[in-house]
Amino acid sequence: MPALQLEGLARHYGEREALSDVSLTLQEGQTLVVFGPNGAGKSTLLRVLSTLLRPHAGRVQVLGCSLPDEAWSARGRLGLLGHEPLLYRELTARENLRYHASLHRVPQERVERVIEGVAMSGREDEPLRTLSRGMVQRVAIARAVLHEPELLLLDEPHSNLDPAGIELVSPLIGPASGRTRVICSHDPEAGLAGADLVLGLRSGRTALLLPAGEVTAGKIRELYR
Amino acid sequence: MRRTVGALLRKELLVELRTFESVPGMSLFAVTTFVVFHFALNRSSVEGDLAAGILWVTLLFAAILGANRLFVADADQGGFDGFLLAPVDRSAMMVAKVLTMLAYLVVLELVAVPAFAILLLGPPLGPALPQLIAVLALGDIGIAVIGTLVGALAVQTRARDLLGPLLALPLLVPIVIGGARATAPLLAFSHAGGVPARWLLTLGLYDLIFGLIAYALFDFLLED
Repeated sequence: MPALQLEGLARHYGEREALSDVSLTLQEGQTLVVFGPNGAGKSTLLRVLSTLLRPHAGRVQVLGCSLPDEAWSARGRLGLLGHEPLLYRELTARENLRYHASLHRVPQERVERVIEGVAMSGREDEPLRTLSRGMVQRVAIARAVLHEPELLLLDEPHSNLDPAGIELVSPLIGPASGRTRVICSHDPEAGLAGADLVLGLRSGRTALLLPAGEVTAGKIRELYR
Repeated sequence: MRRTVGALLRKELLVELRTFESVPGMSLFAVTTFVVFHFALNRSSVEGDLAAGILWVTLLFAAILGANRLFVADADQGGFDGFLLAPVDRSAMMVAKVLTMLAYLVVLELVAVPAFAILLLGPPLGPALPQLIAVLALGDIGIAVIGTLVGALAVQTRARDLLGPLLALPLLVPIVIGGARATAPLLAFSHAGGVPARWLLTLGLYDLIFGLIAYALFDFLLED
């Protein structure tokens, strides 16, 4: 069974079409990389796939669950890393992760393992508002993988991370994680490196949908012109 | 559900303890309002209907301050999305927010009622205290439920600071009427007759109806 199956997906905000007639199939364990200029609909696509937004038309199946009717079954099996870390600034990294662990029925020992995984350098008990953006991004990644989701939805996951940080989180969200991934990216070279399927969006519509082997970085750059 | 409510409640109280954004403001507002009444009425003490009215109106406005802040951290810091991504009953958030609001109101009243007794109230509060606590508890439940419902609705709009009070005040009027009428005999010098049962019943019924409405509507307020 495919991990993702979209047929004619559409989503609008009032009169404005954010996504229109997007169709694709992604198999389990594969990585879909989504490219497109600002406002192309990448983040909206991730929010629809994460069940936070309802599709307004088309058929959407995530991990075998039809959205929005079976959204309940898909939640908890997917991890979203968006532009916002979805963490409380006044709480520490550990408190935030413990809170999410309780919501996802994850044992508290897993929180400690994930904190070790993102190497908080002893700052896991400081309020998030005192941490750098890179550190907050590490905690956000820890939150996204805390419940060991089958599907990762990642919106520019390496933003604010230094090269050491990128290497550090690779086992959690990189190809080695073995999870099905949907990644929004603006970096053609880095994005193509881990992709199986490439989707290019322009004004909410599919401008490109090809296996990664058939796409060059130059072709991706054309999307932005 | 209980575990989820526990996690949410713990988070709410931790955030409030770190920021002190709601309860100190509510308490200070209440005490300041009593001082204003003290001078504006030009009376050294009040009793009966007037005392009950001042107490309930002040508590109501202070509660609205708290209700307006109840969902701000969730809306501004992605807490709603984090919660919605979890496979949990949406109603758990409503229950946790109502309990949080109740905790805020209890702390508010621990400050405001003694301050009211010192600054304005003529008759001694001691004999009426057990009955007053019962009336306040019934009123608090209604205020917490309506505050949570309105707070969840208002926080998703751009004019949340305006919309919250505008929506909450008409819905809370029956609680002020019921609370003030039930409290008036307790704050009178004569202290005759105790609490009128019909006003307690009115408060209880109002709590029940709005509890059911909030339970039925809350999911729709959170979902897209």
